[in-house]
Amino acid sequence: MLTAVLAGFFVSILLIPFGKYLKNRLSVLLVLLPALLFGYFAGFIPAVSAGNPVYSHHAWVPSAGINLDFHLDGLSLLFCLLITGIGTLVYIYAVAYMKGHPYLDRFFAYLSIFMAAMLGVVLSDNVLLLFIFWELTSISSFFLIGFNNDNADSRKSSITALAITAGGGFLLMAGLILAGYLSDTHSIREMILSNAILKSHSLYGLVLLLVFAGAFTKSAQFPFHFWLPGAMKAPTPVSAYLHSATMVKAGIYLLARLFPVLGGTDYWTVPLVIIGGCTMLLGAIISIFKKDLKEILAYSTISALGVLVFLIGVGTEAALTAAAVFILVHALYKATLFLVTGIIDHETQTRDISQLSGLRKLMLPVAIAGALAALSSAGIPLTLGFIGKDLIYEATLHTKLNFLFILTAIAVITNIFLVSAGFLAGIKPFTGSLPERLSGVHLPHWFMWMPPLILAFLGILFGSFPGWVGTSVLQPAAAAITNNTAGSPLKIWHGFNLVLLLSAVTIVSGTLLYLFKKTTAASSYPLLSAISAEKTFKRMGDYVKGFSTWYSNTMHNGFLRSYLLRIIIFAVLLLAYRVINGEPLEISLARISTISIYEIVVAGILIAAVYMTVTSTSRLTAVVGTSVIGYCICLMFVFYSAPDLAMTQFTIDTLTLVLFVFVLFRLPPFLNFANSKVRLRDGIVSTSFGVLIGIIALQALNEPIQTDISKFYGENAYTMAKGRNVVNVILVDFRGMDTMFEIVVLSIAALGVFSLINLRLKSSEKE
Amino acid sequence: MEILLLILIALLYSTGIYMLLRRSMVKLLIGLGLLGNGVNILIFLLGSITKGKPPVIDDKASLFRDIYADPIPQALILTAIVISFGLQAFAIVLLKRVYVLVNSDDLDDLNTPEEEDI
Amino acid sequence: MKSIILKTATEYLLPILLLFSIFILLRGHYYPGGGFVGGLIASIAFVLHSFTHGVNSTLRLLPVHPSGLVPFGLVLSATSMLLPLMAGKPAMTGLWIEEPIPVIGMIGSALFFDIGVYFLVIGVVLTILFSIFQYSE
Repeated sequence: MLTAVLAGFFVSILLIPFGKYLKNRLSVLLVLLPALLFGYFAGFIPAVSAGNPVYSHHAWVPSAGINLDFHLDGLSLLFCLLITGIGTLVYIYAVAYMKGHPYLDRFFAYLSIFMAAMLGVVLSDNVLLLFIFWELTSISSFFLIGFNNDNADSRKSSITALAITAGGGFLLMAGLILAGYLSDTHSIREMILSNAILKSHSLYGLVLLLVFAGAFTKSAQFPFHFWLPGAMKAPTPVSAYLHSATMVKAGIYLLARLFPVLGGTDYWTVPLVIIGGCTMLLGAIISIFKKDLKEILAYSTISALGVLVFLIGVGTEAALTAAAVFILVHALYKATLFLVTGIIDHETQTRDISQLSGLRKLMLPVAIAGALAALSSAGIPLTLGFIGKDLIYEATLHTKLNFLFILTAIAVITNIFLVSAGFLAGIKPFTGSLPERLSGVHLPHWFMWMPPLILAFLGILFGSFPGWVGTSVLQPAAAAITNNTAGSPLKIWHGFNLVLLLSAVTIVSGTLLYLFKKTTAASSYPLLSAISAEKTFKRMGDYVKGFSTWYSNTMHNGFLRSYLLRIIIFAVLLLAYRVINGEPLEISLARISTISIYEIVVAGILIAAVYMTVTSTSRLTAVVGTSVIGYCICLMFVFYSAPDLAMTQFTIDTLTLVLFVFVLFRLPPFLNFANSKVRLRDGIVSTSFGVLIGIIALQALNEPIQTDISKFYGENAYTMAKGRNVVNVILVDFRGMDTMFEIVVLSIAALGVFSLINLRLKSSEKE
Repeated sequence: MEILLLILIALLYSTGIYMLLRRSMVKLLIGLGLLGNGVNILIFLLGSITKGKPPVIDDKASLFRDIYADPIPQALILTAIVISFGLQAFAIVLLKRVYVLVNSDDLDDLNTPEEEDI
Repeated sequence: MKSIILKTATEYLLPILLLFSIFILLRGHYYPGGGFVGGLIASIAFVLHSFTHGVNSTLRLLPVHPSGLVPFGLVLSATSMLLPLMAGKPAMTGLWIEEPIPVIGMIGSALFFDIGVYFLVIGVVLTILFSIFQYSE
C-alpha cells in the first residue's frame, strides 16, 4: 500500500528527466498511473465491504510518533476510488486538453504529486502523517492554480489559495498535535478508543476549533470560501479534479474521519450546522447570479461542500449515510459539469453563459453528458442525485435537533438554487438556437468528451441500480464514519411521503427558477458582494505586504554599516542591561601585576598609532598605523612570556604591511563620506561597545581561572609528546586536528585569492 | 598592567567598530584588523598574564617546577593571528577586484543595482 | 627598489633567512618556534628577494610554483596525522624514533606534521603575495 500511495511521487520524479519526451501522444502512458491504482484499490472492495479494513505499517520516525501507517476502511476506500477513478478520466481528458502545452511534463508532475498526496490524506492512520500529506495537497494545488504563471491573476489566486489553505493547515497541525497529546497516541484508530477522554477534556473545545479551522479552509466554508472561485484560474481538468471532486473534500474527509473521535457533542454539531448551513445557502444563491460557467460551478461546489459539512454536523446515522452518498453524487456530476465546461471553453473560447446556446447541434455527446449531470444534480428520479437528495431530506427531517424545520427549509432552498445552477451549467449552453459566431465549433477529440460521458452515465447507472454500489462502497463508508457496522440499504423508492413531496417541490421550483430567471450579473446585488470576506482578506494581505515592504526597506537596506550598526546597538543594549544588573564592579588589586615604564611607553605608542590610523586621511598612513599597532602588540607578547606569539605576530604584521601597501598603493586618498553627525553617532556606539567589553573583561578577571587543562598540558607535554615548548606541542600534537583544519582554511584562502586574481571577467560584467 | 591592557582592549574594540561603520572599504578592512588585535589581547589577558615565564619546560626537567604562562591562550592566539592573515589577504584582494569593477572605494556603490530592483 | 646595496644584501639574506627558518622549525618542539613561524620567516625571505629582483626571478629560484607547496604541505601533515592509524593507534598519536638525533632532537610524526605546516605556510603566503604582485604589475 505504501508503494501505491507513493507511486505518484515516483512518477513525478521520473518526469523530471523523461518529461521532455511527453510532448506528443506519449503522455497517454501516464494514464496508466491512476488507472492501475484504481484497479488496485478496486481489488479491496470485497474485503472492505465485508467489514475487514486493511492496515499497513511502516516505521518512519518512530521516536516522534510519525509512522507510515495506512488504514483502508470504507470511507478511505470511497475516497481512494474517487481519487483514482476520476483521476483516470481527468488524466485522459488532460492529455487532449493540454495537448501541445510547453509545460505538459510539469503539469502531469504536479497532478501526480497531488494524487499521491491526496491518497496519503485519505489513507493515513497517523495524524501527523495525515497532516504532511494534507500540506502536500495544498502545495500541489498552489502550483496547479498558478500553472499559467505568466498571468498575474493566476499568480494572485494561487497565493490566496495557498495562504488560506496553508494557514488552515497550520491550525490543523496544532489541533492534531493537541489531540494526539491528549489521547496519548497519534493513531486515529487508537484515538477512537479513547474518544471519551478527549471529549471530556477541558481542551476539547480548542481541539475542535483548530480542526474546524483546518477543515473549513480546505473545504472552502464560509467565510473562507473565496479562494475556491479564485482557484478556477487553474486549467479546467484541475478544477474538475482538485477543486470539486477531491481536494476540497479533504476537509469533509477529515471531519468524517474524526467524527468517531470528536463528534456527536453539541460543540461539534452547532458550529458545523451553522457554518455548513450558511455556506450551502450562500453558495447556492450566489451561483445562479454568475455568468461565467466556471464560477457558477465553483459557487455550487461551495454550496455542496456546505451541505456535506452540514450533514456531518447533524451527525445522525441517516445524515452520515446521506453525506457518504452525496460525496459520490457530487463528485460524479460536478466533475462531469466541469469537464463539459472545459470542452466548451476549449472549443468556443468563452465561458459566458449568455453567449452560449445551441451547442447540442455541434457536440451531441457533450450535450448528453451535461444534461445527465444536470439531471443528477437536480435529483430527478433514477439518477444518483435523487437518492442523495432524498437522504438529505430524510436526515434533516429526522434529526433530534429542535429547529428541524428551519434546517429542512434551508436544505430545500439550497437545493432549489442548486437545481437551477446545475441546469444553467449543464443544459443552458446546449439548448436554443446556435448563434452564427459559434458555427465553426466542432466536437473535440474523443479523449475529451468520453470522460464526462462516462461519469454522467455512472451517475445514472448507480441511480437506477443503487444496490451494488450501496452495499459495496457507500454503506461501508457510512459505517466507517459512524464507527459501527450497520447501515440501511439504498433504495430508489421510499413510497409516498414527505420526503418525496419535498423532492418534487425542489425539482419543480428549481426548474421554474431556471426558466424564468433573467441572467443578471452578481454586481447588481451589492448585498452579496458586501459580505464577501475576500475583500477583508485582501486588505489584510495588503497591510502585511505594506508592513514587510516597510520593514525590508528600513531594516534590510543593503548597507553593510547599517546592519552592523543595528547588531552592535542591540548587543550594547543587551550587554549594558546585563552589566548594570549583574555583579557590582570591583577591581581586586591583589591580582593586578605591577606596571613598568617600558610597558607604559609601548602602550602610549600603541594609542598614538590607533589615533593616527583612525584620523588619517591617507591610506598609507592608516596602514602604517595598523602595522605599528601590530608591532606594539608583539612587544606586549614579548613582555608577557609569549615568544611564539611575538615571533608570529611580527612576521605576519610585516607580511600584512607588504600586502596592504602593494594593493592600496595606487588607490586615491580616503573620501570623507559621512558628516560629523553620523560620525558622532558611530563614535558613541562604538565607544560604548568598547567600554562595555572592557568592563566585562574586568569582571571576568575577577573570576577564578580554570587551570586544569593548562596544567594537564604542562604536565604531559614532555612525558607524552616529548616536547618542551608547550604551545607548539598543543599545536602539533594535542590539538593537531585543529591545526590541520586551520591549514586547510589557509589553503582555501590562498585558493580564493589565486582564483580571484586570475579571474577573467566576462566583458558584460565589466562596467 | 591588567588595567592598561583593559584600556587597550576597549580602545581597539571601539576604533575597530568605528572603522567597520565607515563607508570606505579600506577602512572596513583596517577596522577588521583592529578588532582582531583587540580580540587577541582580550584572550591573552583572560588567560592570566605572567612575566618572564614562557611555557617552555626546562632542559633538565620533564615537568614545570614553578608557575608559567598559560599555553592555551597562546596556542589560540597563534592560530588566530595566522588565520586573520588569510582573511585579510582574501578581503583585500576582493576589495581590489571590486575596486577595479566599480571604480570606487565606496561600499554604497555596490548597492546601486540592488536598489533599482526594489 | 633598485638600490644596489639592498640587492646585494638580499642575495645573501635569502639563504641565511632560509637556514634560520629551518632552524626555527626544527627546534619548535623544544624552544619557541615551529612550523608557522618558520614558514613565515621563509616567506619573508622570498618576498624580500622578490622586492629587489622581481617576482619572476624569485619564482625561477623556486623548484616549483608556490601554489604547488600548498597541497604538498597539506598531504604531508595529513599523512603524519593518519600514519598512526597504520600502526593500529588512533589518529594523531605521536610516533617517535627512540634514539635522539643530534641538533634536531627526537624525530617523530609530530615533526613531520610541523614540516607540513611549514611548507603549507610558505605556499599560502607566497601564492597570495606573488599573485598580487603580478597583478599589480
